Parts: sequence; structure tokens; C-alpha cells
Amino acid sequence: MQKDIEELESLSVEDRKRLAISGLELDSLNRCGSFFQIDQEIVHMSCEYEGIEVLTLEGALAKHEWLEQYYWKLVQKDKDEYTRFVADQKHPKGYVVIAKKGSKNILPLQTCLFLAHESIQHVHNIIIAEEGAELHLITGCASSASTEHGAHYGVTEFYVGKNARISTTMIHTWGENIEVYPRSAAKIEENGTFLSNYVAMSPVKNVQMYPVAELVGEHAVARFNSVVVAMPGSCLDLGSRTILSANNTSAELISRAITRGGTVIARAHILGEVEDTRGHIECKGLILEDGIIHAVPEIEGWVTGTELSHEAAVGKIAHEEIEYLMSRGLDEDEATATIIRGFLDVKIEGLPEMLQKQIDAAIDAAESGF
Amino acid sequence: MIRIEDLHVEIGDREVLRDINLHIGEGETHVLMGPNGSGKTTLIRTIMGFADYHVTEGAIVYRGRDITNLPIHERARYGIGLMFQRPPTIAGLKLGKMLVATSGNRPEEVAEYAAAMNMAEFLERDINAGFSGGEIKRSEVLQLMIQQPDFVMLDEPESGVDLENISLIGSAIAKLLEKDRHIVSRHKSGLIITHTGYILDYIEADAGHMMCDGEIRCHGNAREMLQLIKAKGYRECIECKKI
Ligand SMILES: Nc1ncnc2c1ncn2[C@@H]1O[C@H](COP(=O)(O)OP(=O)(O)OP(=O)(O)O)[C@@H](O)[C@H]1O
Ligand SMILES: [Mg+2]
Repeated sequence: MQKDIEELESLSVEDRKRLAISGLELDSLNRCGSFFQIDQEIVHMSCEYEGIEVLTLEGALAKHEWLEQYYWKLVQKDKDEYTRFVADQKHPKGYVVIAKKGSKNILPLQTCLFLAHESIQHVHNIIIAEEGAELHLITGCASSASTEHGAHYGVTEFYVGKNARISTTMIHTWGENIEVYPRSAAKIEENGTFLSNYVAMSPVKNVQMYPVAELVGEHAVARFNSVVVAMPGSCLDLGSRTILSANNTSAELISRAITRGGTVIARAHILGEVEDTRGHIECKGLILEDGIIHAVPEIEGWVTGTELSHEAAVGKIAHEEIEYLMSRGLDEDEATATIIRGFLDVKIEGLPEMLQKQIDAAIDAAESGF
Repeated sequence: MIRIEDLHVEIGDREVLRDINLHIGEGETHVLMGPNGSGKTTLIRTIMGFADYHVTEGAIVYRGRDITNLPIHERARYGIGLMFQRPPTIAGLKLGKMLVATSGNRPEEVAEYAAAMNMAEFLERDINAGFSGGEIKRSEVLQLMIQQPDFVMLDEPESGVDLENISLIGSAIAKLLEKDRHIVSRHKSGLIITHTGYILDYIEADAGHMMCDGEIRCHGNAREMLQLIKAKGYRECIECKKI
């Protein structure tokens, strides 16, 4: 992607740094491909890897007639004003990624959505992993340091085929006056795995999302992880919902939320519709400065033989923990930072090491700034 | 090394320690005995500087410096170290990360010491989460090995530890206290709380103190005092009021 560094040269040093924090790598060594959209303009698209096709949404709809069966099938057009806005676009933007049957790549495909000037950036993405395919995505969403106001509406539909695996890691670096309304949904077939990771460490005005994963094939697995920090003035209304509608499916929804003065609503819902299903929700919140953490874990079982559980805890750091580290020579601030870093440390099962490192680095970068 | 003068300590509004006087010289190791609830842990946690322990009278003087009101981490940086009787669990914080954070500029020592304490597999676990009694002790000794304090306080280092691990922990503590050195070149001092005295098979003690009801009632030879307690219980030892 060397060439594109020049294309990106129009961005300020600071903006490039924001993109790097969000996971964008300018040399493509560790990536199997890239998609880069600034406002409504797709400035770059590449994929070196044979088994994966990356197209613009418009291009994909023109090229593959069958894609109609995947377009607006998981997310409803008239769900709300944001989906309607996206649906009303004459020239829909966004990307389509198709991991062909049996293709496996551990290197992630990076997609980057950057808000520079426009008041509303809209995208509609479709991600398909065909039977037996393995696909890892890292999506960095950021706004320019100079963008004062703006909004991002993003519709994403994930299709995880039989024996397939998709991991999607989204790192947000928005600005204080940006509003973000992702609308995504996933459908997971037999023995498929869907991992969704979300990291948001910087200020933002509003993020509201509630992706839904439907486990329709036996032995399908869904795992959602989120690590978020709400700064003063930020409202993060986040959650996810998983429907266990086939036998032997399982789901795990894990969130770590910190408030430094902002609001976090950590929602989660697992619905066990059929027998031999398992689900667990873990919501942990740390209130470092007066703000709001509202955990809403919901578990709903319809039959015998569905096992659902949740644990939720909201509080502050226990002073015994701080004193323990202080007795080993760390001052109070160092001890507090070390404990917070530990709190945010979520090891994600089944995620390639490189992506785990990317998540760790995003958290480190933000934490070292505090 | 450390001198405690007429110390009174309150927890909440209850006086837990009264009129404590204690002097531990450089290179010396002392033993603190006494019945459950007598105030032993309170004394060493007060020396470390924990917030719940209020010194209402008296002073703690370490290497000639009054540390009575210093924050915990400054005491640690001056060389005071503590092996906890019941350390807290810290969810999410890996033992290895903590050791690196507290090791200053010597992260390479972490792996070496962890192997020596049989703790290599614990570096990726949350600190103390689900550790067994003996594992907690090993983890505490490991943390002290990284910290290398000059004055080491050990709160029941052998309780709940099996024979094999006692020898491991005992030898490691002996090393921390430079017991392998001749007294003239030994600079580390220790204060060990023990009920059984098993640890004294590995660490020679220079003196013993008996605490009862928040007061130190007796000073003497550690082994002799323990033998007396074993034979006659605490009552006799307390009543003699040799002090
Ligand atoms: N945080 C606290 N709040 C209230 N009381 C406390 C607290 N810590 C200690 N105490 C009380 O102070 C007294 C001394 O306790 P301490 O832990 O020092 O005893 P100990 O000699 O170490 O006993 P053991 O041999 O059982 O460990 C006890 O009565 C105990 O209940
Ligand atoms: Mg005690």
C-alpha cells in the first residue's frame, strides 16, 4: 500500500496517527488487503489474496446478481431513520467481501472508514464467508481531528457459512461531536463461528448499536467482546443480541466498560429458543469518575435444556488492590493504571495473535494518554 | 535497621496495638509470635503504611528516617517489603505483568525467578485468582525476589504449605535475607510471623517477640519461646511477663 501513503498525504500527521490507532497499517505486510473510504469517496481498494474478493457495494451488485439475496436481508431497511437514510441513497457506498469456499487466511483484511468533512458518512457492507472459509477483518473507523460535527451510519450484514469463521475487530477513534449508528447483523450456519470485537477508547458524542447474531445451524458459535471507555460528554449505548435457534449452539457476550465521566449502557441479550444451547453474559464496569454505567444483561430461555447465565458488576477499584501494588513500589497513579489496564485486558479465544496485539495496542495507546 | 517507638495503632475507632517497642538491627531476623487476633498482622501492615491503620502515638523509624507518615510506595522504595498473609485478587491483571511493572528495569529476571519458584505457568494468570494456599505463598515470595527489599516482613510464610514447598519457600526467603552471608557482610533484616516455627528450620532467627492483646509482652530466644508455647500454651508465656 506504499503508493497510498502518498494518496493519504493529504491527511494531517495527526489524522494518520488516529488511523494507525484504529488499526490501519500503511504497509500491507500484515494485511491481506485493504479498503479505504474517506467520507463518500472510495480512495483505495486492493486484495492480494486469491480466495478473497473485495468489491465496492455498487460494483458487487452489478457483478453478482445473486448478491440480491444478501442485500438488506439481515438488517431491515425501515428499522429506523438511520437504516432508511442508508437505504435511500442513490449511490450506496461501502464494500462487499467474499471469502470463497474453503479459503483460509489468517492475515486480516483491513477496512477503513474515515470521516473528514461530510456531515453524514454512510456505508453498507456485506461480508460473506462461504463454506469452510476463514476471514478476519479489522475495521478502523475514525474522524479527522479537524472534523467538528458529523455522523456515521453503517449497515453491515455478515453471513457465516457452514464450517466457516469470521472475526471482525472494530476500533473506533471518533471525535467529541461525532455520532455513530452502526446497524449490523450476522447469520451463522452449521458449525460456523462469528467473533465480533469492539474497542472504543476516545471521546465521541454518541454511539448506539445493538448487533444481532442469529445462530441457525447446529454447533454455531458467536462471541462478542467489547472494551470501551466513556469520556465526559460521551454516551455509548452498546449491546448485542444472540439468538440460539439451533441445537448445540452457544454464545458469549463479554463487555468491559469504564466511565471517566460519560455514560455507558452495556446491553446484552441471549435468547435460547431450542434445547442444548448455552449462553453466558459478562458485563463488568468500573466507575473511575462520576458517570453512568448501566448494565442490562438479559437472558431468556424458552425450553428446558437451554443453559443461560450472566454476571454483572459495577464498582470502583478496591483500595486493597491499589495498596497491594503500592507495597511493591508503584505509586498510586501507577498502581491505578496497572489495575485498569488489567481490567481492560480481554483475551479473545480464537482470534489470530496479530489481531489480539492490535487490540492490546489500541488500548495501550489510549491508556498511556491518561 | 528499624526502630518502633511507643507505637499505638487504631483500626476504625478501636485501639488494636498499644505501646509497641521493637528494634531490629541490620542483618538480624526477628520472629513475632502470639495468639490469633493478638495484633501481629496489624503491626506489620502498619509498618508498611496501609490506610486503615492509624498511628495515634509513637513513631516508626527506618534507617534513621521517621517514616510514620510516608505513603506505602515510598516505604517500598526505601526497601521495605511485605509478604501478605491474604493478598487480594486482581481481576484481569496477570502476575507476569505485575512483576514486570514492579521490576524496574529488569524484566528479564521475571522468567528466571518465576522458574526458580515453580511459578512459570502462573505468569499468565490473574494475580491470586484461584491460587491455592501454597501457590499464594510462592507468588508472594516471587514478588519479593523481584523487589529485593532490605527489610522483609513475612506474615506466616509457611502456613498451608506442604513439606516440599516449605523447603522451596524457606530457602528462597533465606536467600532474600542473605542468610548465606556472614553476619558482618549481611545487610538484610527480617521480621517473620509464625505460629509453628517450621520456617526456623531454614532461617536462623536472632530474637523472638511475643504479642498478646495488642502488646509485646515478652522478648527472648525465638526457639526457646516457641518450645515453651508448644509445651504450655500461650497462657504461661504471657503470664510470665518477663518484659
Ligand atoms: N480492618 C480491620 N477492621 C477491623 N478490625 C480489624 C481489622 N484488621 C484487624 N482487625 C482486628 O484487630 C485484631 C488484630 O488482628 P491481626 O490480624 O493483627 O491479628 P493476628 O495477630 O495477625 O492474628 P492471626 O494469628 O489470626 O493472623 C483482631 O481482633 C482483628 O479482628
Ligand atoms: Mg495475622
